[in-house]
Amino acid sequence: MSSVEKGRPFAFVKALLLRLEDDRWHRFTVLSLLFLTAVVPVCALVMPASSPLAMSSFTVSLLGKYLCFALLALALDLLWGYVGLLSLGHGAFFALGGYAIGMHLMREIGSRGVYGDPLLPDFMVFLNWDALPWYWWGFDNFVFSAAMALLIPALLALLFGWLAFRSRVSGVYFSIMSQALTFALMLAFFRNEFGFGGNNGLTDFRDVLGFDLRAGGTRVALFCLTTVSLLAAYVICRRLTSTRLGSVLKAIRDEEERTRFLGYDTAQFKLLIFVFSAALAGLAGALYVPQVGIINPGEFHPVNSIEIAIWVAVGGRGTLYGPIWGAVLIALMESILTARLPEVWLFALGALFLCVTLLAPRGMVGLGRKVEA
Amino acid sequence: MLVRLVLRVWLLIPLCAWTSWAHNASAADGETSDTASATELDELLLKVPVASRDERLELLREMIAIPDARVDSILEYLSSGALYIDRRDERLVQAVREGSGYQVRSLFSEDTDASVQQRKRREVRRWTVNNQQRRELRRLRAQTLLLDPRPAIRGGAIEFLLDVGDTESITALRQLAETEPQRGLRKQIRVALALNDLRVGSAPEVTAALARMRGESSQIARAAFRVASEREELPDALRAQASAQLAHAQTRVRWMQRIEAVFFGLSLGSVLLLASIGLAITFGVMGVINMAHGELIMLGAYTSWVLQQIFPSDLGVALVLAIPAAFLVSAIVGLLIERVVIRRLYGRPLETLLATFGISLILQQTVRSVFSPLNRSVATPSWLQGAWEIAPGLTLTYNRLAIVVFSLLVFAGLLLLLKHTRFGLQVRAVSQNREMASALGIASSRVDALTFALGAGIAGVAGVALSQLTNVGPNLGQAYIIDSFLVVVFGGVGNLWGTLSAAFTLGLGSKILEPMVGAVLAKIILLLALIVFLQRRPEGLFSIQGRRS
Repeated sequence: MSSVEKGRPFAFVKALLLRLEDDRWHRFTVLSLLFLTAVVPVCALVMPASSPLAMSSFTVSLLGKYLCFALLALALDLLWGYVGLLSLGHGAFFALGGYAIGMHLMREIGSRGVYGDPLLPDFMVFLNWDALPWYWWGFDNFVFSAAMALLIPALLALLFGWLAFRSRVSGVYFSIMSQALTFALMLAFFRNEFGFGGNNGLTDFRDVLGFDLRAGGTRVALFCLTTVSLLAAYVICRRLTSTRLGSVLKAIRDEEERTRFLGYDTAQFKLLIFVFSAALAGLAGALYVPQVGIINPGEFHPVNSIEIAIWVAVGGRGTLYGPIWGAVLIALMESILTARLPEVWLFALGALFLCVTLLAPRGMVGLGRKVEA
Repeated sequence: MLVRLVLRVWLLIPLCAWTSWAHNASAADGETSDTASATELDELLLKVPVASRDERLELLREMIAIPDARVDSILEYLSSGALYIDRRDERLVQAVREGSGYQVRSLFSEDTDASVQQRKRREVRRWTVNNQQRRELRRLRAQTLLLDPRPAIRGGAIEFLLDVGDTESITALRQLAETEPQRGLRKQIRVALALNDLRVGSAPEVTAALARMRGESSQIARAAFRVASEREELPDALRAQASAQLAHAQTRVRWMQRIEAVFFGLSLGSVLLLASIGLAITFGVMGVINMAHGELIMLGAYTSWVLQQIFPSDLGVALVLAIPAAFLVSAIVGLLIERVVIRRLYGRPLETLLATFGISLILQQTVRSVFSPLNRSVATPSWLQGAWEIAPGLTLTYNRLAIVVFSLLVFAGLLLLLKHTRFGLQVRAVSQNREMASALGIASSRVDALTFALGAGIAGVAGVALSQLTNVGPNLGQAYIIDSFLVVVFGGVGNLWGTLSAAFTLGLGSKILEPMVGAVLAKIILLLALIVFLQRRPEGLFSIQGRRS
C-alpha cells in the first residue's frame, strides 16, 4: 500500500475509502455517499426548477435529516455491534449535541427576536429573566459551541460509563440505566427554569455564521457537511474496528470474562468506545438541528432511543454500513407512512421490531448476504 | 392607601364567587318568597326606568331589604353588566348580546316562565353602577340575607361579610352571634369574630380571641395570629402570646404536612409496587425483559373501563369483576407473547427487549385504533369516594387507602403462591436451575409460560387499581415502565421483598423530596440517585443468595 501512497494520491484516497474491495455493501455505501455529495448540490442549485431532476431545499434538508439519523445509528452500532453494549440513552447524546448548536443559533438571532431583546433569547424575556445564565456563556462563539456539541455528550458518557463499567454494570442493566438517564434528562429539559426553553425547546433560528438558514445554498452546504461527516465517521469506525483494537472489542463483546483474564482492562476499552460513540451522536445532533430548525425535549424521549436500536437491528448490527441503510430506510418509511397512513405506522414499526429479532437477527444486510451465498 | 386599594381589588373576587353561589343556592332551595314581597319588588322594578341615577340607587337599597331570590339575580346581572332597560315598554330586563341584537328576559314575577325575546341593539340601554356602589349594595344585601330562613344562604352571607370586614358588617355579625339558631353557624360566626378581633380589636378583645382560637391552625387563623403579633399598639405579653400561638400552629401544620407526605409516599409506593410486582416475576424470576409490561397494565385498565360500560349502573360490581377479568385478559395476552415471541429468544436478553418493545407499540396502536386515542375516565364507585378526615387539615382519600391495602394483598397473595404451592416451587426450581429442574421431571417450558402469564395477569390487576387514580389512555403503560424496571432492579432482581421495600422507598423518597424541590426535580434527583446507587451496588438492595445462571 505504501508504494501506492507515494506516487498516486488519488489511489491513496481510493484505498482509504474502498479497502475492503470484496465487501459490496461497503463499496455501495461509500460510493452512494460520495454520489450524494456530488449530485445533490447540482440538483438543488444548478438545475432549473422546471427540470425533473431539480430538488427543493425542503427535500435537501429531509435527506440531510435522514443522514443525521444514519450517523446516529452508526454511533450506536459501534457500541452495540462491536462492544455488545446496547445504550438506550443515545438519543440523549444526540439531543445534547443538538442543544449545544441550538444554543449558538439562538444567540445568532440577536435582537431580531419577537421581543427584540439584544441580550436575551425570546423565551428568557418571556420568563422575565434579566441576565443570561452562566451556562449560556460562550455559546456566542461558533467554535466553542461546536466543540461543546461533541464535548458535552462525551463528558456525560465518560462520567456515566466510568461509573457503570467500573462496577461491571453490563447487558440489560446498562440498557435500563441509560434509559433512565435519558428519561431524567427529558424531565429536566421540559422545565422552564432549567434555562433551555422548556417545553418549546429552541427554535426560530435565522442564520448560522451569517448565512441564512432558509437559503438553498446554506441548506446544500449543511447537507454536504452531513454526508462528509458521515463518510468520515464511517471510515474512521471502519478503520478502528479492523485494527487490533477492533479485535479486542469483539473479544469483549463475545467473552468479556476471558478477555479480562487475558490481561485487557475491558472497562477502559468499553469506556473509550462509549465516549467516542457519544461524541459521534452529539455530532449527529449538531448537524440535525440547523437542518430541521428546532430542538425540543421530546428528542430525549426514551422511545426515540429505542428507535435508534431498531435502525441498527434492521440494518444489521456489527456491520457499520447496515445501520446507515437501516436508519435511512426506516426514517423514509416513517415519513411516508405517518403522512399517508398514520395509524399504520406504529403497527409497521412494531412488526419490524418483531420480524427483525425473530426472523432476521443479522438485519437486511445479513439477508442480502444469504441470497448471494 | 395602596394596601386598601389592593384589598378592594381582592375583595371583588370572593364577591363574584359568592354572588353566583348565593344565586345557585337560592334557586336550589326553590322560591320561598311570599307574594307580598314579590309584588313589592315588582313595583320597585317598574320605577327604575323612569328614575334618575341617584333615585335608582335608592330603589336598589329598598330592593335589597326584600327577601326574594330575584334580588340576588338582579345584583348579579348588575355587576356583570347584563341589566338593561327595554325601550319598547320601558321595563327593566336581563339581556345578553346575541349577534347584532340582544336576547332579553323579563325580571317580573308574573312572567318568570316567559320566553326569551329578541331586541335590536338600539332598543335596549344598559344600566350600570360603579364598583364602590356595587360593593355597598352587596354588603347591604348580605346583611339582609343574614336573617334568611335558609342556613346555607346565611352561611354564605356570613362568609361574605367577613371578607368585607368593615365596622357595620362586624356589628351585624356580632348581633347575629347571639341569635343565630344553628350551632355550626354560631361557631363559625364566633371564630370569624375572633379572627376579626385579632386583626383590629382592642387588647381585651384580643385576649378573648386568643383564648377562643387556641389550638386552631387553619391558614386564616395563622394569618390572624401573625397580624396580632405584629400590632405594635398591643401590650407585649399579648403579642408574645400571639406569636407563641402562631408558632404552635405552624408546628402543627408542619407535622400535618409531614404525615400527609408520608401517606402520599405510601400511596405512590403502593402504585409502584403494583406496577412492578408483575415485572418482578417476569424479569426478576424468569430474567425476561418485557418492555410490553406497561401495555399489559394498560390492558387491565381498559378492561375495567369496558366492564363499567357493560354495568353502567353498578360501578362497584364492575370494579370487583374487573379484577379477575383484567387478570385473565392480560394473562392470555401474556401467554400469547411468551408462546409466540419470547420463547424463541431465551438467552438473548437484548433481542427480547427489542421484540417486546415492538409488541408494546403494536398493543398501544391497537388500543388507539379500537377505543380511541383520547383518555377515558373510569368512575370511582361511591364506597371508594370521599376521604377520611383524621384531624382538621389531614384527610386521606379512600381510593388511595384502598390501593395501599390492595397492593399489599396482591403482594401477600403472590408470596404465598410462590412459597407455599406446588406451582410456586416449580417456578423457583426452574429459575434457580433449569437443567436440574427438568431432570427432576418439571416441564420447564410449561412452567415458563405459566410464570409469564402470572406476571402479565398481575400487571392487568395493577391496571384496574391504577384506573381508579388516573385516566385510562393508550400511553398509560409508558408512564410506568421505566419506574417499574427501576423498582425491580433497585430491589434486587428476583427478590419480591426487595421489590416491596424498593417501591416504598422510592414512593416515600419522592413524596418527601417533593415539598422541598418540586415534583419534577424530585423525580430527577431520585433517578440520578438510583443510577449512582445501582452502579455502586448492581445487585440491588438485597442480593440473591446462591447461584444464578
